[in-house]
Amino acid sequence: MSAGLVILIVLLIAFVGFFLGRTRAYKSAGGDIRKLHSRPNYYGLTVAIYAAVPALLFTILWLLLQPLYIESQVSKMIDAVDIPDGGSLDLVMTDVRRISDGLDVAVNAGTMTEDQIATMRADLSDLRARLGEVGIAVASDVQQNVLDAAREYRKLSTKLQIAMSVIVIGLSLAGAFISMMRIQPDYRARNTSEHAIKALLILSSFVAILTTLGIISSLLFETVHFFQLYRASDFFFNLTWNPQFRGGSDLGILPLLWGTLYVSFVALIFAVPIGLLAAIYLSEYASKNVRSFAKPAIEVLAGIPTIVYGLFALITVGPLLRDYFAQPLGMGNSSSSVLTAGIVLGVMLIPFVSSLSDDVINAVPQAMRDGSYGLGATKSETIKQVILPAALPGVVGAVLLAASRAIGETMIVVMGAGAAAKLSLNPFEAMTTITVKIVSQLTGDTEFASPETLVAFALGLSLFVVTLGLNILALYIVRKYREQYE
Amino acid sequence: MYDAPNLEKTVDQKEFKITADNVQVFYGDTHAIKDVSVQIEDNTVTAFIGPSGCGKSTFLRCLNRMNDTIDICRVEGNILLDGENIYDKKVDPVQLRAKVGMVFQKPNPFPKSIYDNIAYGPRIHGLTRNKADLDIIVEKSLRRGAIWDEVKDRLDQPGTGLSGGQQQRLCIARAIATEPEVLLMDEPCSALDPIATAQVEELIDELRQDYSVVIVTHSMQQAARVSQKTAFFHLGNLVEYGETSQIFTNPIDPRTESYITGRIG
Amino acid sequence: MTDLSTSGAAAPRGPHSSSLLVQDANTRKRNAAESRFRLYGVIAIAIAILALFALLGSILYNGSSSFRQAFVVLDVYLDPAKLDKDGTRDLEKIAKVSTFGYAPLIAAAFETKFEDPEIGVEGLSAKNAAKLISKEGPAELRRYVLANPDMIGETVQFEFLASGRIDGYYKGRVTMETAKLDKNVSPEQLQLADQLKEAGVLAIKFNTGFLTRADASENRPEAAGLGVAILGSFYMMIVVLCLALPIGVAASIYLEEFAPKNWITDIIEVNISNLAAVPSIVFGILGLAIFINFAGLPQSAPIVGGLVLTLMTLPTIIIATRASLKAVPPSIRDAALGIGASKMQAVFHHVLPLAAPGILTGTIIGLAQALGETAPLLLIGMVAFVRDFPSAPPEGFFDPAAALPVQVYNWTQRSDPAFVERASGAIIVLMVFLLIMNAIAIVLRRRFERRW
Repeated sequence: MSAGLVILIVLLIAFVGFFLGRTRAYKSAGGDIRKLHSRPNYYGLTVAIYAAVPALLFTILWLLLQPLYIESQVSKMIDAVDIPDGGSLDLVMTDVRRISDGLDVAVNAGTMTEDQIATMRADLSDLRARLGEVGIAVASDVQQNVLDAAREYRKLSTKLQIAMSVIVIGLSLAGAFISMMRIQPDYRARNTSEHAIKALLILSSFVAILTTLGIISSLLFETVHFFQLYRASDFFFNLTWNPQFRGGSDLGILPLLWGTLYVSFVALIFAVPIGLLAAIYLSEYASKNVRSFAKPAIEVLAGIPTIVYGLFALITVGPLLRDYFAQPLGMGNSSSSVLTAGIVLGVMLIPFVSSLSDDVINAVPQAMRDGSYGLGATKSETIKQVILPAALPGVVGAVLLAASRAIGETMIVVMGAGAAAKLSLNPFEAMTTITVKIVSQLTGDTEFASPETLVAFALGLSLFVVTLGLNILALYIVRKYREQYE
Repeated sequence: MYDAPNLEKTVDQKEFKITADNVQVFYGDTHAIKDVSVQIEDNTVTAFIGPSGCGKSTFLRCLNRMNDTIDICRVEGNILLDGENIYDKKVDPVQLRAKVGMVFQKPNPFPKSIYDNIAYGPRIHGLTRNKADLDIIVEKSLRRGAIWDEVKDRLDQPGTGLSGGQQQRLCIARAIATEPEVLLMDEPCSALDPIATAQVEELIDELRQDYSVVIVTHSMQQAARVSQKTAFFHLGNLVEYGETSQIFTNPIDPRTESYITGRIG
Repeated sequence: MTDLSTSGAAAPRGPHSSSLLVQDANTRKRNAAESRFRLYGVIAIAIAILALFALLGSILYNGSSSFRQAFVVLDVYLDPAKLDKDGTRDLEKIAKVSTFGYAPLIAAAFETKFEDPEIGVEGLSAKNAAKLISKEGPAELRRYVLANPDMIGETVQFEFLASGRIDGYYKGRVTMETAKLDKNVSPEQLQLADQLKEAGVLAIKFNTGFLTRADASENRPEAAGLGVAILGSFYMMIVVLCLALPIGVAASIYLEEFAPKNWITDIIEVNISNLAAVPSIVFGILGLAIFINFAGLPQSAPIVGGLVLTLMTLPTIIIATRASLKAVPPSIRDAALGIGASKMQAVFHHVLPLAAPGILTGTIIGLAQALGETAPLLLIGMVAFVRDFPSAPPEGFFDPAAALPVQVYNWTQRSDPAFVERASGAIIVLMVFLLIMNAIAIVLRRRFERRW
């Protein structure tokens, strides 16, 4: 019985329980609902909650723990000799899982029977080919021990699956039954169900914390793993980035960091003045007509997915810069370049900067403007000498937020900046960024446990720390700024 | 080369600094000021009094075209400053406001140093040639704003750090620094405590020697204390205008009398 | 001039003694600065709007042609001698004939066409003429025969996709000159294509296949479609909607209505605002590490994509929901509590329905963001080449699928320039979806916006 079906059954029990609970409450009051403490629906709801919530929480817990348990049991069966040179236990376990899945698929497709599997011997039957037929690719020829492990894996998962189904459905029925028994006219069904609902609400709000924990733990765990395989000092201070398939890679973050900062810098140079001036113009100068057209137009820029900007960089801006600037100036022949990515990234940031600046400028009190106009200042003098200095912390916060955006942006740089890790000053040269390398290292074909793949997690952690730091700093500055005028 | 017009002006000035003639103000569809005509004299403190929403502040803001900054506001009629219509198309409000300074209800020092607050006006209007000149103006303005002794040791500190009364005197000093001819004050003491109010009132009385001061106030006592002329506004109309002593002791219009005796307001 | 010279601090009347009606030099200078500054603003706005138009224009320019496609209509004789030598019509036997076995049928169809004196180019054999047809053609023919084995021996009129180069010829991508250098197409083939077009055999039509077909391999761009990607994106949106909306609304209700002011609440709030700013690629890493490696969910599956996008969308939905809950005035809550409703009843019976339009608007905008998100999906394996449509939900959520924005990225990585057109076309499709979603959000907001 699959987990999905079990969940469906639990939901069904809860659904039926709702109506049974309602009817029972109705009957217990002798048909006079005024005698009930709560409205009949609440009695039904209580039953449904008792039937569903514990059972579903248990299911989730079980599903999380089951693979860990099976893994620990099965991995005992793998001897050191079964691990090929240069591989690891993890890789063998991946194979075990794949073979086990493959056997399932083969049985379902009817190309193998359970008996065949039970008696199969790795050296006699060409398991790899047969699994290939049903679309499961296994890395190497299957060892006997691995096959045994896979069989054990299958057996254990089937057994545990059945155990889970029985326990979960039993739990659900028991919950429904207990809560049914408690129904009587003065049972405070509303309070009970409201408490349960409140617990669910609290649980939902913890998803945010769980997500953060998930991000931090997944990044940290694999990063530690990476630093066991690769020296941390090399990662942070090595000036070359040169991953090799066969080990001995140079995985220094500095060239990537340089590319990231360079592209972000170009983007900010482009976006900050334009965004700021656009916000100033729209809030202080523009006529109603201009505003009603220009403001939505700029907002549209914000709603466009980054993949669109990426394509724009790839097919339009890149070739344009190459043909009309880089080649005539003799500065390069690459259509992907720091400038390409930077400009397009800058366009993406314009609405971001402009809407943040707009907020910041509007937070400056009108009295400040009046004071300046009252002294005979012109609008631009007021803006440049009173509003902007007053709004400076807010603007700085906005720029930091934009910088954090630029550093974390992926698609535009993947499609616009290039893939060569270089420490160069020439903006027409292709360079690469942290995010680009995260994508390329994790979508490549290298094995997962190698430093070449794991480095992506270290890069991800660096990226996370930098952007988080910028954000917290920016939010702090902006909040301080707002408090000043509240 | 400006001698001739200046001569003409001096003749005018003796009489009236500002002449308003049939002024109408509209906020969108609301007729906020109805047909107001008034003459404001030089070297005089003129008080505008009246109940809330009577249009006294609106009218005050017409005198240096601060209403221009509000999109929906429309002004009709003539307001002459030294015989020149300030609503003439050729008039640059920026130039006008340098001549007609303004102090607001709430003290609104810029988030800059005390020195820069005062120096702001002279700088934008290009009144000085060098730092030394500017220093002189700043000191002179602060002295005339009766706040020099309190701030002379901390000119480089932010103006926002001062107390409410000090801030308001700083704002007055800031307005004086641009060497205006008329000083408009929109309820300058409403945000201040009694002691600060007394200081500012004293200051207003001193300023009369050099400027024409127009002050909007909702405090009749204040009007009686500081002004020589008083105008009473009610529902957008100028009800009565005359010598302060006469308005408060012997008002002609029954509405004025009701207000002064506290029956409306 | 006089202004400056008389600007001594001594004379109170000094600086402004000139007439108001004449602008002095200083004012003129200042006004010039004013208009310069204004001009900078106009330039900034112009650049922003220009960038928008350039962006949209470039996509439309490159992509709109992907909705048109050259088709060739041929009468194909389904030769029993080639397809079913025994004449038994046994499906298994027929299935043994591979796609290659069908190519000669198309060549034969051209042979027949060449009987027409108007058609035929010197030195172009029927076999080479058959290369006008997409490599997908024989496969389609085979599928048709396997579905209708009775038609063997008949002549069937069949509408084939023209090959990418021929298609490109009618879209200006391929010319006679480039064809000379191209080993995939010859000028003779293009001449023949012109003749066929003249004869009405080759026609340019609306390309429904672009929306319904699955992706195709590197050398048959003309057959590549968005079907799997659209379905995959749709599945992901269902997952996002089913998870992010209830969780987001529940979390917002708790935080806005019930949460006590304490450090735990503070931590949750800080968490939410920070999650909104975490780079999307980091969510991809989370998905890879937690959902795929740890929880063992399959790669490239819409369920994983949906889960990752849910986590990314949650902050948006929570922020929007809290804003609209906050906008419901406390008097409504007081009124409900005053007549004896519990706090929970007040919230669910009164506050939530009033906040619903705002919540819905926020949700749609969150979904639109999720629909365009690319980077995290790359990491959870959605770049894989998927030719099979995922099955119906719920199993379909676990089948490999593509996603619209990832399909775009995928196509840009291929060398044939025809894929640039496809990628831009896919963007147009994506943008149309986004436009529809945003339009719905705007209509909802206009329609139900309430001012208290």
